[in-house]
Amino acid sequence: MSATLTPGSLRGVKPATATRPVEKRWERVAPYGYVAPFYVLFLVFGLFPLLFTFYVSLFDWNPIGDKTFVGLANFQQLAGDPRFWNALRNTFSIWIISTVPQLLIALILAQVLNSAYLRLANFYRMAMLLPYITSVAATAIVFAQLFNRDYGLLNWFLGLLGIGHIDFMSTALGSHLLISVMVIWRWFGYNTLLYLASLQAVPRDLYEAAAMDGAGPVKQFINITLPSLRPVIVFTVIMSTIGGLQIFTEPLLLSNGTLTCGTARQCQTLSLFLFEQGFGSFKFGYGSAVGVALFAIIVVVAFINFLLSSRLGKKA
Amino acid sequence: MTTTTDPPRRTAAPQRASRPRRQPRIARVRWYTYLLLTLAALACIFPVYWMFVVSSVGSAAATQLPPRVIPGGNFLGLLKLVFETVPFLRSLFNSFVVAALIAVGQAFLCSLAGYAFAKMTFRGRDALFLVLVLTMTVPAQLAIIPQYMIMSRLGWVDTLQALVVPGLVSAFGIFWMRQHISATISDELLQAARMDGANSWQIFARIAFPVVRPAAAVLGLLGFVNAWNDFLWPFIVLKSPDMYTAQIAIKALQSNISVDLGLAMAGSFLVTVPLLVLFAFFGKQMVSGIMDGAFKG
Repeated sequence: MSATLTPGSLRGVKPATATRPVEKRWERVAPYGYVAPFYVLFLVFGLFPLLFTFYVSLFDWNPIGDKTFVGLANFQQLAGDPRFWNALRNTFSIWIISTVPQLLIALILAQVLNSAYLRLANFYRMAMLLPYITSVAATAIVFAQLFNRDYGLLNWFLGLLGIGHIDFMSTALGSHLLISVMVIWRWFGYNTLLYLASLQAVPRDLYEAAAMDGAGPVKQFINITLPSLRPVIVFTVIMSTIGGLQIFTEPLLLSNGTLTCGTARQCQTLSLFLFEQGFGSFKFGYGSAVGVALFAIIVVVAFINFLLSSRLGKKA
Repeated sequence: MTTTTDPPRRTAAPQRASRPRRQPRIARVRWYTYLLLTLAALACIFPVYWMFVVSSVGSAAATQLPPRVIPGGNFLGLLKLVFETVPFLRSLFNSFVVAALIAVGQAFLCSLAGYAFAKMTFRGRDALFLVLVLTMTVPAQLAIIPQYMIMSRLGWVDTLQALVVPGLVSAFGIFWMRQHISATISDELLQAARMDGANSWQIFARIAFPVVRPAAAVLGLLGFVNAWNDFLWPFIVLKSPDMYTAQIAIKALQSNISVDLGLAMAGSFLVTVPLLVLFAFFGKQMVSGIMDGAFKG
């Protein structure tokens, strides 16, 4: 095919209608064919299960297929179930402890990586993406060992500082910290790259002019970096919210594969609780009710996110 | 490294002859910048490196304080034990099949759909695209129970297609390819091809796809990495050790109390090696791919 036609010269000329009618009709449906695989798979494995979750949550339903309609009984039980509220608390706690430092670290590193004339810039970028390509399952064992009560590197270090050994996984706060460290480790580099990409679009002259006017790094950060990164910050906050509400593998593997994540359920997240009910206790109905609750939480959080980001928009 | 920390002056900084661009003094990189970045890089590398150290020595290295940082020579010995303990070769093969199919599927199907959204006009396009973007904000995980029920109905429980088929195309991938195609391919070029009598498929296959092949390759790579590392869904649908992916196999290895920590680390490291190799070859492309796909301004 000749792609060497000079297109500019042909602008305004009506396309030749050399194609036969059959082919034309075919051409009209072609785009639907191109996008169809996604929508078919989404309908079968995405939308239908989502809607079906609402349906199943109204039943007592076991994996063999026995089901009894119970109306809203699952939700009544859920509202009075301390395990659910505990899982909800844990999820939010881990989400906040992991998201806030993660995004702050990423912001600072992106600002620093954006320096002109930085040597080894490619090395630093690649190093920071390394955690993203390693699996949670493979690194969980490393983090469990680094935070181990007796032989862990961290406790050894704390010991040098005169702080006694801490058994991280045995307490709520400790286990949330450890899980958050893993989440932060995995994602801060990825977010740094996203911020850096946005920062590179900011004209460097802006910083130079600000510096000439005597604005230090902190002032530059607040007055130039933050406003220019607003869209990508909103994006990463939304993405880490979605990720944070789904944390599953870290607590499961750090607690040696127990679905309750510790005897006192100190780090059981909503996802783990859903899994425990659905696949541990084989209560599909009750597990689905947890799924519906998760959905409601996500809608509320998304709404708050939307409000906050549009208010931020007015301010900026 | 320069350690000048003079406050910026209002007078223009002297220009260095060797620099092609004008360089005000303030742009110089300070030492603490390097300290900060080096610490961050070390934090990223150390856990992976230390996993290798323990894999090459045995459990003794894991409990040694101060921590051992020099690898030993026992890696192959421990690996042999890993293969004797669980059907690991089979698991690695399963992971490879799943990840490769998903990588190819995503690179192709997301490009095709991205092309339709970027360069074709059809009724309902914008509405369909809005739906696609919205699907990204709903975590699929909350529906895992019905998802499992569907797999069960299809007879796909404990099969690899339960992992492959739902992952063949993704909203994120289509969104990403649409961005690339809109940004890199001019409408005029496609218009010219159309006037030559090419249909939309020919235009995609001969013009659009070759141009965005690098972006599609990065998307495929990321798809491979994510599929290789996926845990929750394989954990639910795979039942028999012969069907396990590598991630599930190392979970089995780790939670087996009789298994030595060095052995579990060796298995974990082995699962990471293929990705480290990919990363060594294509890390730079992955970095720029992620950055190109990001929001700009």
